[in-house]
Amino acid sequence: MNLPDIIKFVIDLLAVLLLALGIKGLSKVRSAREANILAAFAMLLSVVGLLSYYLGTSGISAQSWAWIIVGSLVGSLLGTLLAKKVPMTSMPETVALFNGFGGMSSLLVAIGAFLFPFNEVAKAGSLEPFINDASISVSIFVGAITFSGSIVAMAKLQGWLSTPGWTQVKARHFVNVVFGVTSLVAFIYLISGNISSIWLLVIASTLLGIGVTLPIGGADMPVVISLLNSYSGIAAAAAGFVVDSQLLIVAGAMVGAAGLILTQVMCKGMNRSLVSVLFGGSLSAQTTTSSGSGEYTNITSCSVEECALTLEAANRVIVVPGYGLAVAQAQHTLREVTKKLEQNGIEVVYAIHPVAGRMPGHMNVLLAEADVPYEQLKEMDVVNPEFPATDVVLVLGANDVVNPQAKNDKSSPLYGMPVLDVQEARTVFVIKRGMSAGYSGIKNDLFDLPNTSMVFGDAKKVLSELIGELKDLGVGDK
Amino acid sequence: MNFDSLLWVLLLGSLLGLELIGKVPPTLHTPLMSGANAISGITMLAALTAIIKAEPNSPLLIIGSISLGFALFNVVGGFFVTDRMLAMFSRKPTKNNK
Repeated sequence: MNLPDIIKFVIDLLAVLLLALGIKGLSKVRSAREANILAAFAMLLSVVGLLSYYLGTSGISAQSWAWIIVGSLVGSLLGTLLAKKVPMTSMPETVALFNGFGGMSSLLVAIGAFLFPFNEVAKAGSLEPFINDASISVSIFVGAITFSGSIVAMAKLQGWLSTPGWTQVKARHFVNVVFGVTSLVAFIYLISGNISSIWLLVIASTLLGIGVTLPIGGADMPVVISLLNSYSGIAAAAAGFVVDSQLLIVAGAMVGAAGLILTQVMCKGMNRSLVSVLFGGSLSAQTTTSSGSGEYTNITSCSVEECALTLEAANRVIVVPGYGLAVAQAQHTLREVTKKLEQNGIEVVYAIHPVAGRMPGHMNVLLAEADVPYEQLKEMDVVNPEFPATDVVLVLGANDVVNPQAKNDKSSPLYGMPVLDVQEARTVFVIKRGMSAGYSGIKNDLFDLPNTSMVFGDAKKVLSELIGELKDLGVGDK
Repeated sequence: MNFDSLLWVLLLGSLLGLELIGKVPPTLHTPLMSGANAISGITMLAALTAIIKAEPNSPLLIIGSISLGFALFNVVGGFFVTDRMLAMFSRKPTKNNK
């Protein structure tokens, strides 16, 4: 080993260590922010290590420098711009987009490595050409799926794509199997030296990514993004085999494995298995004809004023936020309402369902943005026993996560999903734009209960009216 | 590096990843996913290698450069967006514990 090798070796080891510490730290509240910076530093270190290695050995041509600088500048600038500008409510689709671009990067570099081989070509007859082609194929396959799947996920979360009924037909499994088999055939052709089949592989795996993601309903989207994130790690590891880099393989494998664990954790929160998320299709489209749907018979609606009066008399209030709150961008208005209540000595707690919103932790991010103290956010298991001792529950744009059907109705598609037992509280106010169904498209039995009142209107509008009413009642005026 | 030692690296890296995160509070699911996602942009190293090893005037330079752009979009954007999320958590309670 000469000097450049040793330096690179040490830097790579250090980078792997820091990346591992970074991922570990990101899973703890106290250390998360520093861990993120640590991981970013490790990435920078790995680039420095790579560049210094080539400077010390073969050298880097001026032309290479030019392309490196152009590529890094454009990518970093656009990424920074998006990261700084995107509103907190669209975090899930942003992560999906970033993830898709990571997949695209692996895909491109693998195509490049295949069409214009830059590694020392091994002698014929050995295993190496085979392994090289196989790694390239895996990188293309996983990279393309990650890219197309993430872009579909992003488009669905943005509302650009819906989940049309025809995507639910059973034949979709057959179509996806065809795409999968086609990829496999292209893969075999590719490693046996048929260069043009690379395009078949790219197309088939891209279509497979679309075909698998498209039928998945919005509530399952977080799981899909997490899984795709895991894939992008695998794509990176495969690229590591292509360019012969242990660092790339370790980092990719770590992200891939950690992503799988996270996916598992999320599935558990929804009481669904990964298989049913991936192949079960969307809940809504399946259940339009089955039970669950039905007419509401006992809806009580009430005015904002009544709601304010009840709130004023309460000792303990639990807020249940959902995606509707994010859409209405009402988190700051909500915070104003709860501040007033707190000033009046009313205890306010937020009940966070693990899959409220479109991504785990979505509500936490949103409420944190509105300066809600961290310890007022309570997880489902902690808060569920507290509902009977609660005077008022405010359900804000949440629906399926408060549907008692999940506990009571065995025939319901939601049956078995852990839900918040809001109906145990004395009074429940559901602030909602209309009687439309939640993401699952299933009737919510909560709305029919005698202690539930509906306050119709956009969350932000209702909340700001509520502030006015509370003011009139003298709540929160010291 | 020969293939079998790279496979060992893959195996041990995966095991490390499986062990790294055990219990994650739901609050951190999104930031963790986003942070891990930024790390998966490590394929930028592959893109860099491709550009450096490319022959002069080879189309590989352009492909590598585009690939590098995508990867850095993922890495830089990913870390910034994760930091933005985490920054909101770190504004800690104090003021409401009056």
